[in-house]
Amino acid sequence: MDDKILNGLLLDETITLSLDDLCQACSSSNEWVIELVQEGVLEPSGQPQSQWQFSARCLQKAHTAMRLQRDLDINLSGIALALDLLDEIDRLKSRLLQLENAAK
Amino acid sequence: MDFKDYYNIMGVARNAKQDEIKRAYKKLARKYHPDVNKADDAEARFKEVGEAYDVLKDPEKRAAYDQLGANWKSGQDFNPPPNWDEGYEFSGGYTDGSGADHSDFFESLFGQHFKQGQPSRSQAGFSARGQDHHAKVSIELSDAYHGASHSITLNAAELDANGQVVTKQRTLKVKIPKGVKQGQRIRLAGQGSAGIGQGGKGDLYLEIDFKTHHIYRVDGHDVYLDLPITPWEAALGATIKVPTPDGQVDLKIPAGTQGGGKMRLKARGIPSTPPGDLYVVPQITLPAADNEEAKELYRQMEKTMAYNPRSKLGV
Repeated sequence: MDDKILNGLLLDETITLSLDDLCQACSSSNEWVIELVQEGVLEPSGQPQSQWQFSARCLQKAHTAMRLQRDLDINLSGIALALDLLDEIDRLKSRLLQLENAAK
Repeated sequence: MDFKDYYNIMGVARNAKQDEIKRAYKKLARKYHPDVNKADDAEARFKEVGEAYDVLKDPEKRAAYDQLGANWKSGQDFNPPPNWDEGYEFSGGYTDGSGADHSDFFESLFGQHFKQGQPSRSQAGFSARGQDHHAKVSIELSDAYHGASHSITLNAAELDANGQVVTKQRTLKVKIPKGVKQGQRIRLAGQGSAGIGQGGKGDLYLEIDFKTHHIYRVDGHDVYLDLPITPWEAALGATIKVPTPDGQVDLKIPAGTQGGGKMRLKARGIPSTPPGDLYVVPQITLPAADNEEAKELYRQMEKTMAYNPRSKLGV
């Protein structure tokens, strides 16, 4: 085993990506990312398009969208719906956990 | 190697029609997709279903698989009979190298054909960036407070000198920076699959997953601690020692503290920018009345304190 400790980049709230950065990180075309923005899946800050800034959360969503499209053959509006519902499930699960703990 | 009962995995009968198999696959793929299903075994189930479908959707592969016989059970020790596939012709297969995710069982049956059917990777002029890899790393809460380095072992598909897909295990040591939170990701540039031609390497994404802690709960950057206190500490107030992931602190419990509330210790949560808070949730516990002296104290309280906790209930 190589003993070198790898230093990665923490994708936290301070990270922003341009449209090109995001496309490169997803190995996708600009068109695909623009469609995700039009669908409301990704919400970059900044206008016009050349000034778009995407958060690390956008990158995570784009990766999930890519896998859902590839593996389950879902179209973009279906992906948008699935991502919204997955977020909602996450919120409800953490709320449930809080309430379960409070009831202990 | 273990036999795989693809019909059983797909939940269909051996004489199921192709459209029935497709429906079963679609349903199971949605159910076990690792982005949708957070269970630990979801990814393994998803791959298993994908492998079963790769065989059963292809009439030639299905016919070859069928002639192994119906008496095999999943998990039984299996070796393919010599020339078992004589007279069957396979076409198509994979183009993206994802075959490396398949079981040894699949590889022993269909592996050779898959490799022959694949275009040579060294075709002139063709370049593509290597695939990104995604993995989870389980960390302790203390790692988020102090930073740490973690060894992680990954199984990665690589092409050997003959252009065949082989699974290689590699171990990386990765720095976990101070201040990470649940679900956050670390990108390790160039640690994914090798590219094709002039294409660069893919990246590795590590998702942070906190191990369950026996006394603390984590919510984003905030940390929660249930703190048992005595009735007299709650009633009279007290300064008590409280553990935090960063070491003990003295906490002042105000007189008249009731259970169910929470006290905030500012900036004692996960040390990100801005830092999270630590919430202490006091829980008043009763000492047992297990000897005559203790019983007498409770009786005295009953006599001297006019207290009806049920006055709001009208009784």
